[in-house]
Amino acid sequence: MSDTARRERFEQTVLPHLDAAYNLARWLTRNDQDAQDVTQETCLRAFRFFDRYQGGSMRAWLLTIARNTCYTWLRKNRQHDSIESFDEEIHSTELCGSADPEIQVLAAADKETVNRALEELPDVFREALVLREMEGMSYREIAKVTAVSLGTVMSRFARGRTRLRQSLTAELSRRY
Amino acid sequence: MSCDLTQRLVPGYMDGELDLVRTIEMETHLKDCPVCAQKLEDQQGVRAVLRRSSLAYVAPAVLRDRIQSSLRPSAKMDMEVRENGIQWRSLHVFRWAGAVAVLILFSLSCWQLTPPLREPSTDQRIAAEVFSSHVRSLEADHLMDVLSTDQHTLKPWFDAKLDFSPPVEDLTSNGFPLVGGRLDYLDGREVAALIYQRRNHFINVFVWPTPTGSDSAHSIESQQGYNIVRWSRGGFQCWAVSDLGASDLAEFVRLLKNYNSSEPN
Repeated sequence: MSDTARRERFEQTVLPHLDAAYNLARWLTRNDQDAQDVTQETCLRAFRFFDRYQGGSMRAWLLTIARNTCYTWLRKNRQHDSIESFDEEIHSTELCGSADPEIQVLAAADKETVNRALEELPDVFREALVLREMEGMSYREIAKVTAVSLGTVMSRFARGRTRLRQSLTAELSRRY
Repeated sequence: MSCDLTQRLVPGYMDGELDLVRTIEMETHLKDCPVCAQKLEDQQGVRAVLRRSSLAYVAPAVLRDRIQSSLRPSAKMDMEVRENGIQWRSLHVFRWAGAVAVLILFSLSCWQLTPPLREPSTDQRIAAEVFSSHVRSLEADHLMDVLSTDQHTLKPWFDAKLDFSPPVEDLTSNGFPLVGGRLDYLDGREVAALIYQRRNHFINVFVWPTPTGSDSAHSIESQQGYNIVRWSRGGFQCWAVSDLGASDLAEFVRLLKNYNSSEPN
């Protein structure tokens, strides 16, 4: 493939997923400028490894690179706890969450409050929820992108949503 | 179905990710168990809030432009011209004419002054790629895909990922421990990268089949403080690069070449 043809194919097949890559980077770095840098590096790496793409979801492929680039960046530029050490905690704590219904309180949650609550979630929960609720990815795709088992993906959703719910209800009850 | 299992499967159930049998089991349990039904409701409530808030970010247009232009070599030149302070934005023709003239002048001067620069040889091009791959690999966490000091772990790992089987030797007893491996991309193909260590220095050894299949002696060159050695042997083309001193690196290459070979170097 000539350089031009390769570039054109890249632009046609990969760049449509730029928003998804930026969104993930934006949620993991929690900052616009950093997300832009990470996304640009993601695209350059994807372009470099474009010949290695072996079919399947192009978006999942790009998001895998985006995620790896993000964590590399975070480890280099910020004090960042390794995600593995966090996983241990997930498996050793019991699946829980208070059962009192707070649906009416949740209904009052405005966008800004939800945004902040999601930003404060640990990375592993945040990325799982972003990939599912914003990118609409299947569990299988999320498992592949985040390099964990389907069971772990499911438990991250349960825990992530429970934590989010707890932090939202705490914040909203404090306010009203 | 137990409450424990039901609650673990709640996300999969509400996201429609369970198989039919599990789904029916869940429905039966949820109908009779208010505690689990409450868990489901809680999870659904959060999901609804998340979806309703539409929190997804969209890539800024300027980022898209920047990425596209970074992929285009011509656009790069365009940007350089602008950065050099040529303020002829309204006169595109002049800007392009200027850029073209600079290019022509530059290529003419290269032609006249340094003929070998006109067309870098394959080796020079690969050496440049080897050099930049090495530098890139030393950035955080790019060095190794698989971290193993055991050649019996590394070799099958490479075999599964490449269309050739690279020689993997451990030189720990000679003071150059093998520390890991990586896939890399050089000369338009996938190659094996073996990482060795000498004190605090890393050595990247890139290996891929050579088209000619003939053995050749090694040659050393240095580039920006790094030494690069190339040789071929047993049908493989090998490039070693490191910030190790030239004599240490030559010693390393000599050991590596002799390792599995009865021939003297």
